[in-house]
Amino acid sequence: MRKEIRLAGFGGQGIGLAGLILGKAFSLYDDLEAVMTQAYGPEARGGASSTNLVVADRPIDYPFVQEADILVTLSQEAYTRFRPEAKPDALVIIDEDLVQPSSQDTCLGIPATKLAEDLGRRIVANVVMLGFFTATAGVIKREAVEKAIESSVRSSVVELNMKAFNTGFEYAHQTEGDL
Amino acid sequence: MATPIVVDSHPLDAILRADRIPHIWCPGCGIGIAMRCYAQAILDSGIPLDNHVVVSGIGCSGRVAGYMKIDSYHTTHGRAIPFAIGLKLANPNLAITVFSGDGDLAAIGGNHLIHAARRNVDISVICVNNFNYGMTGGQLGPTTPFGARTSTTPYGSPEFPFNFPYLLAASGANFVARWTTIHVRHLKRDILYMFGKPGFSFVEVLAPCPVGFGKLNYIAEGLDEMLLYKERCVIADGIPLDELGIDLRADQPIYVGRFVDRDLPPYKPVRLEDIK
Amino acid sequence: MTSTGVLVGKHFYQGDEACAEGAIAAGCRFFGGYPITPSTEIAERLARRFPEVGGVFIQMEDEMGSMAAILGASAAGARAMTATSGPGFSLMMENIGLAVMMELPCVVVNVQRGSPSTGLPTLPGQSDVMQARWGTHGDFALAAFSPWSPQEMFDLTVHAFNVADRYRVPVLLMADEVVGHMVERVVVPPEDQIPKWERKRPDPKRKDSFKPFLAEDPDLVPPLAHAGEGYRVHFTGLTHDEQGYPEMDAEIHHRLVTRLVEKISHNAEKIVRTEDHFMEDARIVVIAYGSTARSARRAVKDARREGVPVGFLRLVSLWPFPIKQFREIADQVDAFIVAEMNLGQMALEVERHVRRPVTGVYHAGGAMMPPDRILEAIREVANRGDTHRR
Repeated sequence: MRKEIRLAGFGGQGIGLAGLILGKAFSLYDDLEAVMTQAYGPEARGGASSTNLVVADRPIDYPFVQEADILVTLSQEAYTRFRPEAKPDALVIIDEDLVQPSSQDTCLGIPATKLAEDLGRRIVANVVMLGFFTATAGVIKREAVEKAIESSVRSSVVELNMKAFNTGFEYAHQTEGDL
Repeated sequence: MATPIVVDSHPLDAILRADRIPHIWCPGCGIGIAMRCYAQAILDSGIPLDNHVVVSGIGCSGRVAGYMKIDSYHTTHGRAIPFAIGLKLANPNLAITVFSGDGDLAAIGGNHLIHAARRNVDISVICVNNFNYGMTGGQLGPTTPFGARTSTTPYGSPEFPFNFPYLLAASGANFVARWTTIHVRHLKRDILYMFGKPGFSFVEVLAPCPVGFGKLNYIAEGLDEMLLYKERCVIADGIPLDELGIDLRADQPIYVGRFVDRDLPPYKPVRLEDIK
Repeated sequence: MTSTGVLVGKHFYQGDEACAEGAIAAGCRFFGGYPITPSTEIAERLARRFPEVGGVFIQMEDEMGSMAAILGASAAGARAMTATSGPGFSLMMENIGLAVMMELPCVVVNVQRGSPSTGLPTLPGQSDVMQARWGTHGDFALAAFSPWSPQEMFDLTVHAFNVADRYRVPVLLMADEVVGHMVERVVVPPEDQIPKWERKRPDPKRKDSFKPFLAEDPDLVPPLAHAGEGYRVHFTGLTHDEQGYPEMDAEIHHRLVTRLVEKISHNAEKIVRTEDHFMEDARIVVIAYGSTARSARRAVKDARREGVPVGFLRLVSLWPFPIKQFREIADQVDAFIVAEMNLGQMALEVERHVRRPVTGVYHAGGAMMPPDRILEAIREVANRGDTHRR
């Protein structure tokens, strides 16, 4: 098993942290191997930012995402730039308020940013998205991601982030009929 | 013919590597006088000899490290100061002195010099300024006076030299003095003072280099330059720093003295217990 | 106050972070450095971590100062390190030579980027590996290692300190941007499982007769006296005798330089590390190191699925070059392929030691070597018939 996952959005949406949490979940709290890579330097500032994860059940040789199996996007620019690089039949997850997918594309949508605002902190949209990802992608155990969140954010905001995660996770089940 | 006097001991035996003498310096050179002052200051310091460390760069003055019977590090050209910083920060109990020349410290090592002064690292620097690169045969240095002749400025130097006290004061040193090799008591006193002075301290020692510099600039003998110092030096503590430039040709005074003595906080590595 | 501060357990570390943690685990307590992409995260992490464990972090004014500062700290007894990339590595060459001549242990990390000159600051390269071997002027020998994962950024940093201390030599960790920036699981072992090779120290009872550069043991390594211990040592970058005193003498010079080189070559077996896979039936061997070795291993696996008898040999240590391993393998196989992110540097060394055809898979840097390029080379070599059946 080798899965390539790309999380993308714009700077400030916490894409890097989401990748780190997910990577920890796979490699520290589940029995999988995971490698995270990011673009660096001027090309990484502004515009579309992305975090890439390769996950496998044995040691990973080539660490970069070539054709994503799963693409999560939180901005239109990220979707436009990275959708063509992903597999045609990739699982594509979007913030449905921020991304208008192309008409042929089948995506799973969640209003992650809006749900985060409802929780009082727009900044946790990334973790809402992680909850939705966990529930829909079927590649990682819920407990593993929760442990990774606990070990990755300041203790004063663990509760908020857990709430955000749960919101995203539950949203998937509420809308199961639409999937 | 005079009878040679043979002695069994020398007052500096405890601190000089007698097996390395005779030294390499030319007749009339002033470096030995500066080294003598440093050696005497060490003996008078009350700091155990084993805690004194001398670090030097490259050049005639850099050879001092090889003659001192203390832990001594003769490093690469210009890098004595950062090497000394590493020693000091890794073992703060050591009394670290950088002994080197004007070319080593102010040209190739100039960046390290100003940054060490800016950080105010607790080391002492003795800088022998003989206005040229002596080891390589008398070339232009960063302190060669305007118009002075050297082997690479045969028509006279078209450059202006550094004014060390001005430079070091602006950079942040806690202590800056200038003496010449005729001011041995003042020099020894201030080296001793530097050992006890927290932060970055610096003494410039004007010294004759008759073979490298003097012969092309009408100061043919070491003694001539000593006489020049005797006649023209004015002790001028506290004089405006920008007036401390040196022009050997003009009938101008050469100012010596203590120019900076202040207590800015010395560099201290960050420790968590100091922050909390 | 110093504490060991080792964060035992499983972590998801960036390679650069793992290197910094490896340094702490190795007991390194002095870092002098100058920020440069893609190594800066090492300095940043140590700036945060050293105050917790009683280490000294100082950001120097340039790389020449950084290198001089770590040598001073080493002379005072500290395990000391700096980290840089190509442009800074060039500036450090001068005092890497001083470290060789003074026999002061230290670790220099080079997270390589696309070069020459300013090159590609944020993108990978492996084109400083010959500079590592020959960069400072003169004849000399040192050790250099090439990590291929964040775990090895940790492990080899520890090993680098051990080799440096044991053999009184500068040790270079020749990482690359891919390995420095990728994030992966790193297991930090309990402290009693972290190997520690000590510096050889002089006998305090023989203080008066101590000669700081007299190597009496067969390993050619003299004991190291630190500043402030009362040995009244003299260290110089000039050619020196066993007492440490400068000597302008051809015979003394020859003897000194020869010992400095043989100190490493005679102990090479204890220093070098290689890793191999699928060698039992291999007729072709793919050689790679650093991040390129990850692509190479994948290509080798793919080729074996196609039935090509190909093996994989990774240079964990670049210098000293694992000559013995190569001579042994060379007798058993027909052809070598060397994959590297430069235009053929370690391939020269492979060619020097094996009387077999060597095919290079080269790229000047800027992106990790794609496994497919190596796979194509394997197919070509296999089809060309360099591989004979015995």
